[in-house]
Amino acid sequence: MKQYTPSYVGTVTVYIFIESTEITPEDIAVRAYEIAPAAMVKETCFGLEVTGKPEEVDGIVEKIRALDPAHIFVKDRGFPPGDPRRCRANLGGARPGFHGHEFELTLIDHISKGLEEDLHPSGAPVPAARSRPRPPLPVERLEKILSEEEPAHG
Amino acid sequence: MAKVFIYPTTSLILTDLVKRYGHEPLGASIGIRERVQTAGFDSPPLQITPEEPKKGLRWAAVEVPSGVRGRMAIHGPRIEEAEAAIIVNDADLAFGCGGCARTNELVIYLLRTKGMPVLDLVYPTSDEEGIAFVAAIRKFLAGLPGGKP
Repeated sequence: MKQYTPSYVGTVTVYIFIESTEITPEDIAVRAYEIAPAAMVKETCFGLEVTGKPEEVDGIVEKIRALDPAHIFVKDRGFPPGDPRRCRANLGGARPGFHGHEFELTLIDHISKGLEEDLHPSGAPVPAARSRPRPPLPVERLEKILSEEEPAHG
Repeated sequence: MAKVFIYPTTSLILTDLVKRYGHEPLGASIGIRERVQTAGFDSPPLQITPEEPKKGLRWAAVEVPSGVRGRMAIHGPRIEEAEAAIIVNDADLAFGCGGCARTNELVIYLLRTKGMPVLDLVYPTSDEEGIAFVAAIRKFLAGLPGGKP
């Protein structure tokens, strides 16, 4: 085994995902540099990766989230941007964490609706959240649906 | 501010909501960051060294596969420091190229038996469920120490 010397010690990295129709990653990349010039900001197709001292990154997150609170999402990342062990430029194919983000981003519109309701309550009653997945379709019900299928008209 | 363990541990949605409502999310990235930023022997891709399965013995028996014990070296300390947990019960993304079903079962078991507040949810599939999902998390987090009302 060879010796490992870490880089970016004492920093934190976060992903900033944008699902907004009004703001682009380019807009917030410029804004992030204005807020904390010493932080490392990488613009991506989905938003930004920001690396810096914890207080710098927290400041960027707070101010950028305020631009569109219901459509900007932030997540911690363990690796710094471009790390050869994780970056797809070195590995080929999707980065291992991509698939999880890809899945959750298909649901993010529903979360945005929830946040909009939280920020600007409509007064409508809030339904109870489900805690268990819906049960699978029973075989008997499936058989009934199949048997009820109308015959094709010739 | 309370420390809230999130499951799945790599969830973007849960990390964001917990932090947004004023608490500290405990996910996999914290343990990975500790390893990536600590000098030692080179052990790509996640800096998981042969020491990790030994540390995992604190949470899993010796006959448990080393993959589970190695993962528990990342999740175990976070579970011990957690003051609450949010579990999404239909998180298929937690099992795959980087995830382990048996580790997930052990993590959920430890969270449920620790005796701390746990919020059970499933991912929303409509806007109405999204509103309920966010409201449930907000209400749960507001009830924790240091939570925003």
